[in-house]
Amino acid sequence: MKEASPAKAYALHLGVIALLFALSFVLLEYHHGLLARIMVLAVFAMGYNMLFGYVGLLSLGHAMFFSAGLYGAGLAVIHLGWSVPAAFAAGLACGALLALVIGLLALRTSGVAFMIVTMMFAQVFYLIILYFAAWTGGDQGLVVPQSGRVLVLGDTSLGLTNPTVRYMSALVLFSIVLLVTLGTVRSRYGRVLVAIRENDERTKMLGYDIFSNKLVAVVVSGTICAASGAAYALLFGYVGSTFASVQYSILPLLWVLLGGAATTLGPLIGTLFMYYVVDITSGYTSAYLLIVGIALILLVLFFPRGILGTIRQRWLGWLP
Amino acid sequence: MTDKNGFFDLSRTGLTRRTALKGLAAGAGLAVAPGFVRYSQAQSSAPIKIGFQSHRTGIGAAYGRWYERTTAAAVKAINEAGGINGRPVEVIIEDDGTDPGRGAEVVGKFATQHKTDIVYGTLFSHVVIGSAPAAGEAKMPYFVVSEGHHVASTKLNRYVLQPGITDVKSQIQAMAPWIAANAGKKVTQIFPDFAFGYDHRDYLPPALKAQGAEVIAQIAIPPTESSFTKYFPQIPAETEVIYHVMVGPAVLTFVKELGEFYGSSRPQLFGFIDSLEATDINSPGLEFLDGSHFWEGSPRYAQPDDSATQKAYRAAVGIDDNGAAVGDPKDVSTAAHMFGCWETLYVVKKAMEDAGYKGPEDRAKLVEATEALTEFAEGPEHPQGPKTFNGKIHQCFGIQNISKVEGGRLNVVHKTKIEDGLYEPEGDYTTQPL
Repeated sequence: MKEASPAKAYALHLGVIALLFALSFVLLEYHHGLLARIMVLAVFAMGYNMLFGYVGLLSLGHAMFFSAGLYGAGLAVIHLGWSVPAAFAAGLACGALLALVIGLLALRTSGVAFMIVTMMFAQVFYLIILYFAAWTGGDQGLVVPQSGRVLVLGDTSLGLTNPTVRYMSALVLFSIVLLVTLGTVRSRYGRVLVAIRENDERTKMLGYDIFSNKLVAVVVSGTICAASGAAYALLFGYVGSTFASVQYSILPLLWVLLGGAATTLGPLIGTLFMYYVVDITSGYTSAYLLIVGIALILLVLFFPRGILGTIRQRWLGWLP
Repeated sequence: MTDKNGFFDLSRTGLTRRTALKGLAAGAGLAVAPGFVRYSQAQSSAPIKIGFQSHRTGIGAAYGRWYERTTAAAVKAINEAGGINGRPVEVIIEDDGTDPGRGAEVVGKFATQHKTDIVYGTLFSHVVIGSAPAAGEAKMPYFVVSEGHHVASTKLNRYVLQPGITDVKSQIQAMAPWIAANAGKKVTQIFPDFAFGYDHRDYLPPALKAQGAEVIAQIAIPPTESSFTKYFPQIPAETEVIYHVMVGPAVLTFVKELGEFYGSSRPQLFGFIDSLEATDINSPGLEFLDGSHFWEGSPRYAQPDDSATQKAYRAAVGIDDNGAAVGDPKDVSTAAHMFGCWETLYVVKKAMEDAGYKGPEDRAKLVEATEALTEFAEGPEHPQGPKTFNGKIHQCFGIQNISKVEGGRLNVVHKTKIEDGLYEPEGDYTTQPL
């Protein structure tokens, strides 16, 4: 695989960000709103990709990190009346802390056992949300009040319910995470992660501490997912246990597989693709999940490494 | 700026500047000419678009199917009678998958893509709560048929209204006097350990206490449970009434195991029909329910004293005397809830007519006109019974039915009064800006 020059790689990513920025001015209202949501959830997928794509650890419990951010930020506004930046930071902190604890425990396992352990922890997290329904709203969830969803910057107040502010906030978060991901995977640390994925025994023999490197990856991945959850709560105004259910652990896996695991832009492509397939097909039939399933099978047959992964394999070997 | 490729060259499309100008002038002329008046009238007779957020898939699919049928019947009746403000009603359906995330997207889609006049029809409370912020931000009147107390709790926003079905808090409060007087004073509650169950857990004890009865045990069962035998020893021996609100596929097992536990001598049983909506009461395993009582919003089975409007409503939505689809006895309806769709659409019609509703620019007026409503008389528009509406909490109040399982059907043995379900408002939506 050829390596892109830093300039080429960053130019591509900045180009994507510029395109998303430009789309804000031309998209129809509905697609504008949908793309804001897709960007936030693509961040979730990018967080998942960090662990799955680059370290090769398949987690079935990432909904807990997303919802740690979701509840961390949402409940801070609802119960404590915190400002948007403080609530967002609380969401990040919850996700990072949870990821650290889960990482310390779950990384004692690998392979199928890691999948099961992460799924079990996510289930525990989900049931804890239901158990503390008095604070979390249980399965009904809670509305984050509009009055608390205002970003105050100096003398300026930006309501996160405003579609433009929401789109731009989502874009800023997406851009930061995209560039951080790109920087990470191109760094020495990123290469160590790939080495662990490819052959952890050999990497260990070369003197790298596998456990601590993996642990850092779990924490980074969990924190990025929590950032997505926190943004979701603050931008869209709802926290609910559905987002902690197993379905939301499987979705990022699908998005990443579709877009291309271990590609920096794959999560965005996968999320975008899935969203629009569901959105368009559900307009025609209630059996839209069947069509989604067929689309997934076709993709696996013709794009076995996901959309960007296959493009990289066949045509553009330099894609990061 | 140069235009080397002729992108802006009108001649490439066969147009000259002169013809283009003529076209523009003609267009402007048309707009001010008398002919345009006709066009404007055509606009105003364009359909009223109702966005129906339906649970076509997911856990709420059985309800969604019947909500759609009831909605189609009501819209047909409204259109045959001249529509709303002389305009036909068109329903646009989007599936929310009974998922709050998708629900919010669907509300956004109605607001910005379909550009519907209102959004309507949601049942499951987590979807309502998840969608409410999107409705409030889009300033989109959101008429739900959800039964949950969340609307009346005033925790949502001014654009969310529930004028066609009573809420759980009101239903529980209305049941308490009958339970205390007829079933027993010592009540054990068995409920699912999630939100729907919590409404019952929280509202029943004070309602019974006010009637001189008491809840002596509360048994919460995790939603993932598939066998219930281990919980039954927790039921105190002195229990006179078991109050159960189990939902989902496990309800058949629950009833069967309860039957095995008690045999022929059991306490009184009182349940909410939510457990058995869309389920045949004569299903194998449900024999143990014979002689027990249920709350029903609207009776599933035709009753001897059914009003002419109730009969007409049942015929219109296509349910037979047993509450199943005409021609398919196995397709049992969600009769206790789906009347709310019919009644909500008629409230929307009334409010739109009161507001002189013309289009999306009048959405705020529509909310105010709905808030101004106070009473709905029993009749073709409100076949379930008379109702009052509290505009401050966006919630209606009505009568409830208590039915007894006898001979394989549910017979109404008591109807509550509207006053039985009234409670002090917990807030006031009308103080929020529109």
